[in-house]
Amino acid sequence: MNPDYLHGFFGGCLIGGGSLLALIVTGKIPGISGVFGRLLKPKQNETRWRFIFLLGLIAGAALLFQISETASIFRVPDARNWLIYALAGIIVGFGTRLGGGCTSGHGVCGMGMGARDSMVATVVFMAAGMFTVTIFRLLTS
Amino acid sequence: MKNGLLIFLAGAFFGAGLALSGMTDPVKVTAFLDIFGFWDPTLAFVMGGALLVFGGGYFLLRGTLQLPANPGEKISSNLLLGAVLFGIGWGLGGFCPGPAIANLGALRIEALIFVPAMAVGMILVQRIYRIDG
Repeated sequence: MNPDYLHGFFGGCLIGGGSLLALIVTGKIPGISGVFGRLLKPKQNETRWRFIFLLGLIAGAALLFQISETASIFRVPDARNWLIYALAGIIVGFGTRLGGGCTSGHGVCGMGMGARDSMVATVVFMAAGMFTVTIFRLLTS
Repeated sequence: MKNGLLIFLAGAFFGAGLALSGMTDPVKVTAFLDIFGFWDPTLAFVMGGALLVFGGGYFLLRGTLQLPANPGEKISSNLLLGAVLFGIGWGLGGFCPGPAIANLGALRIEALIFVPAMAVGMILVQRIYRIDG
């Protein structure tokens, strides 16, 4: 089997385990867009655990970038320019908070808890992503 | 304080999983979405592993630990519009929120641009739509 798939599966288990642990400790669904977005609101309780969770996320990734050869950050040169990242960032921020979740909140947590709206959201954002990548490739190649 | 450590660990598992799986690389994520091109199914294995552990753990433990109920809400136009927009942005940049934030520690310029832009998008939508909670 392709080692990428194996790393993907075990990495996924870690993502699921981390999400489950956060759910157990906080009693809140730890989707990243929700955790981050709520930190940006002016009046918000529970900023502490959200901040610590994201700090852990950055630290865990940084640790793995250091110790693992396979987890190099960008394995393939990326031809996209900064303007595309800025535009993509704005759209992702807007869309995830409007739609109530991202790949983790809907795709892992919501679907994992059996929420039907999360299944619909996941199918829709994956289809929209596939459509966009296909169009982008046709336009730029 | 004990909870703080556990939450830090939970985040660290999540971040380590993203890095191990290769999902911190936007090119690899884009390759999963490129179904008519050179398709890379790795992201499906990541989702499978995550759903297995999270979903399995949730259904095993929800009774004893009194975990929150299924959060499912009715499928609104905001949910659909938000998911479409998120998908477009995800396809454009190859970043969803978790991997973008995970790349901040490595000081990748792409993440240093993407994450503040994402914050702007979130603040905008939270104001316009008065998203509470």
